[in-house]
Amino acid sequence: MAALRQIAFYGKGGIGKSTTSQNTLAALVEMGQKILIVGCDPKADSTRLILNAKAQDTVLHLAAEKGSVEDLELEDVLKIGYKGIKCVESGGPEPGVGCAGRGVITSINFLEENGAYDDVDYVSYDVLGDVVCGGFAMPIRENKAQEIYIVMSGEMMALYAANNISRGILKYANTGGVRLGGLICNERQTDRELDLAEALAKRINTKLIHFVPRDNIVQHAELRKQTVIQYAPDSKQADEYRQLATKIHENGGKGTIPTPITMEELEDMLLAFGIMKTDEQMIAELAAKEAARQAAVPA
Amino acid sequence: MAPGLDPGSRAFPFTFREDKSMSDSYENDGKAHEQYITEVLAQYPEKFAKRRKKHLSVAKAVEAEPDAPVGEEGPLLTECDVKSNIKSIPGVMTIRGCAYAGSKGVVWGPVKDMVHISHGPVGCGQYSWSQRRNYYVGTTGIDAFGTMQITSDFQEKDIVFGGDKKLDKVIDEIEEMFPLNGGISVQSECPIGLIGDDIEAVSRRKGKEIGKTIVPVRCEGFRGVSQSLGHHIANDAIRDWVLDKSAEAEWEAGPYDVNIVGDYNIGGDAWASRRLLEEMGLRICGNWSGDATLAEMERAPKAKLNLIHCYRSMNYICRHMEEKYGVPWMEYNFFGPSQIAASLRKIAKHFGPEIEAKAEEVIAKYKPLVDGILEKYTPRLAGKKVMLYVGGLRPRHVMTAYEDLGMEIAGTGYEFAHNDDYQRTGHYAKPGTLIYDDVTGYELEKFVEKIRPDLVGSGIKEKYPVQKMGIPFRQMHSWDYSGPYHGYDGFAIFARDMDLAINNPVWDLFDAPWTDGGELLAAAE
Repeated sequence: MAALRQIAFYGKGGIGKSTTSQNTLAALVEMGQKILIVGCDPKADSTRLILNAKAQDTVLHLAAEKGSVEDLELEDVLKIGYKGIKCVESGGPEPGVGCAGRGVITSINFLEENGAYDDVDYVSYDVLGDVVCGGFAMPIRENKAQEIYIVMSGEMMALYAANNISRGILKYANTGGVRLGGLICNERQTDRELDLAEALAKRINTKLIHFVPRDNIVQHAELRKQTVIQYAPDSKQADEYRQLATKIHENGGKGTIPTPITMEELEDMLLAFGIMKTDEQMIAELAAKEAARQAAVPA
Repeated sequence: MAPGLDPGSRAFPFTFREDKSMSDSYENDGKAHEQYITEVLAQYPEKFAKRRKKHLSVAKAVEAEPDAPVGEEGPLLTECDVKSNIKSIPGVMTIRGCAYAGSKGVVWGPVKDMVHISHGPVGCGQYSWSQRRNYYVGTTGIDAFGTMQITSDFQEKDIVFGGDKKLDKVIDEIEEMFPLNGGISVQSECPIGLIGDDIEAVSRRKGKEIGKTIVPVRCEGFRGVSQSLGHHIANDAIRDWVLDKSAEAEWEAGPYDVNIVGDYNIGGDAWASRRLLEEMGLRICGNWSGDATLAEMERAPKAKLNLIHCYRSMNYICRHMEEKYGVPWMEYNFFGPSQIAASLRKIAKHFGPEIEAKAEEVIAKYKPLVDGILEKYTPRLAGKKVMLYVGGLRPRHVMTAYEDLGMEIAGTGYEFAHNDDYQRTGHYAKPGTLIYDDVTGYELEKFVEKIRPDLVGSGIKEKYPVQKMGIPFRQMHSWDYSGPYHGYDGFAIFARDMDLAINNPVWDLFDAPWTDGGELLAAAE
C-alpha cells in the first residue's frame, strides 16, 4: 500500500468546496483508492453527497451527549458512503456560541487516536471558509494534510480568500511540511476568469490544477444528495471531476511553498486585469455619466 | 493586651511620641543604592536594561519642613516616581497575578454571603482557594461561603459548545444547595472571554428567575498587565450590578455612618479597624469587602463618608460614589500607632468636635498598650533594616509601623501599582530608599543580597530564597498566617511577629562551611 495521502480543501465560504471535494473523491474511489473524509465544518455538510443523506451523527455532538470524546467509539461516528468511502463529520456548536475551532482540534485528535486513518489511501479534510483561527488551521499543521487545494473562482473575494489561505499554509510550511497542492477554479463566468486564476497561481508560486466549468448538472445531482459521478456517470461534468481527481492523484509530493502577496499587490493585479477600477477611473466614469445626464437635459 | 506583654511594665525610655513616628531621622545610603541598580542592570541585555531602568529608582529628598507629618495628608518627603503598570516581560519571574486574581481573589471573594463561581476550568478556583485568609462570621455552607470553592469545571465540550447552559445549571444547583445565599457572582476565567459566552444575559435572566442579585464579572486573566485591572473590573461590576439597587436598600441613614472600603479582613484586620471607628462614635454602614454581605454593599451610598484603606483596589468605586451619590472619600492608614492616631484625628475632623473629642479618648485609651508594645519590642528591633515588596497599599502604609518600632525601611516596591501609588509613596519614604516596580526575581534577590537587610517582607514565593540567604522573612500578603496587623490590636501582633522573625535564635545556629577555616569541609571529605 502506498503511503497515506492527506489532503485538504480550503476556500471562501460558498465557493463550492464541499461539492468539488466530494465529486473529486467520488472519482478517486472509482480509481480504486480507499478514502476517509473528515468534515471540519460545524454545518456538517461535507459528506452529504457521498452518504446520500443529510448530516450524520457528528463527533462533537455525540461526545457532548456522552460526556467527552473519551466515551466515544469510532463506529459511532464513522459512516460508509458511496463505493465504501468512509465519512466522519466533526460537527460543532450552533452559530454564535462556543468555539468551533477547538472542536476541530478535538475531533481530529480523536480520529487519529482511534485508528480512523488506518487502512485508507486518502484522508481528505473539508474545512469551512477562511483560516480564521488556530482550530481551523489544524488540518494544515504538523503531520496532517500534506497538500492543500484551494477552491476559488474569478470573483474578487474568492481571490482574496485564496491568497489569505496560502498565507496560513506558509506559516506552517516550514515547521510541518504542508504544501500548497494548487488552485481549483470553480467557474463563475466572471471576466477573464481562467487568465486571472492562472495569474494568481503563478504569483503565489503554485499552479491551477483544474478549471471546472459551470454546469447545471451539478445542481441536479446535489438536489438528489448525490455527486455527479453517481448521478450522471457518463456526463461531461463527471469527466471533468475525473480529470481533476487524476491530476490530484498524480500531484502527490509536488506541492509548493506558497508566496502569498500583499493586499496592494493583489489589487494591482485586479487593476491590471481590468477587474477593478482605480479611484481616478471611477471618478472619470462618474463625471462622464454626469456629463451625459446634463447633456440629456433639454436646455 | 498583646500576647506576651508584661502588664506591669517598668519605666522605660521608649515612650511613644504621638505626633511623629519614632525614627523620622534616618536616611538611607542613596549612593550605594544607585550603585546596586547600576550593577543589576549591567547583567541585562542592553535593550532590556533600558526598559527596566525606568522601573528602578532611589527616593530623592525634596524640601520639606523637618517636623512635617508623615502620611498622605502631609507634604511630600521624597520623590519616588518610577514607571509602572506596564506589561511584564516573559521569563523575568514576575510576582504579579492576573485580572481574575484581582476580582475573585481580592474584591469579590471576601463578600461572604454570596457564592462566587469560578467560571471556567477547575484550576483557577482550585489554586486560589482561600488564599487570602479573609475572615468572616457565619456558618460556612449555610449563610456564608468564604472558604468554599465553587467552579463550573469546564470540560472540552463546554469550550466547543459554549458554557452558558452549564452556568444556568450551576446557578440552579447553587440555589438548591445553598438556599440562604445572598446572591451569586460569576468570576470569568480566560476561556469565557475567548469563546465569547454571554454571561451577562444568563445572569440577568437567572437573577430574575431566582429573585437574587447575580453579578457577571468579566475578569478574564489575560486582560490587563496585572491583577490591577481585575480590581477595576470588579469595581465596575459593583457599580453596574449592585449599586443600582441602592435606592431600595433597607438602611436608616445616620449622621455618623461610614463605609470601610478596601479592608479585606485578612487575619481579622477589618475587625481591629472597625472597633476603633465604633469606639469613636461612628457607625459602620458597610465593610468592603472583608466579612461583608451583599446588603452592606448595596446600602453603601447611604453613608456619609467612605474610608478607603486599600486605595489601589477600590478607589474606582469611591470616585464613582462621590460623583453619583455625593459621598466623599478619605484615605486612612491603620498600620502602627503614629498613623492610626493621625488617621483617627483626620477622620474625626470630618464629623466635628464631638467625634474629635472621642477620637482623642480612643487614642489615650490605647496609649498604655502602645507604650507597652514599644517598651518591650523597640529595644529588640530598633535600627533593624527592612525591605518590602508587596501589593496594594502595603509598600507605603506599613513603613510607619516599622518606623514606630525604631526600624528603618531600606527599600520598597509594588507588584501592580500605578503612578498615583508612587506619588503617595513619596509621603512616606525616606531619602535614599530603594524603589523597585514589578521587580524581577533576579533583581529582588540581588538587592536583598547587596543590602542584606535584617528582615524582608514579601510573599510566599520570595520567602524561602530569602531565608536560605540567612535573612529573616515575613509574608506580608497573608501576615504569614498571623494577624490582624491593622489597628492597635494588630500593632501588638505585628511587633511580636517581627520580633519572632528577626530575633529567632535559629539565625545564629548555622555557619557556612567555607567560613570556619575549613574544618567542616575537611570533615566532610
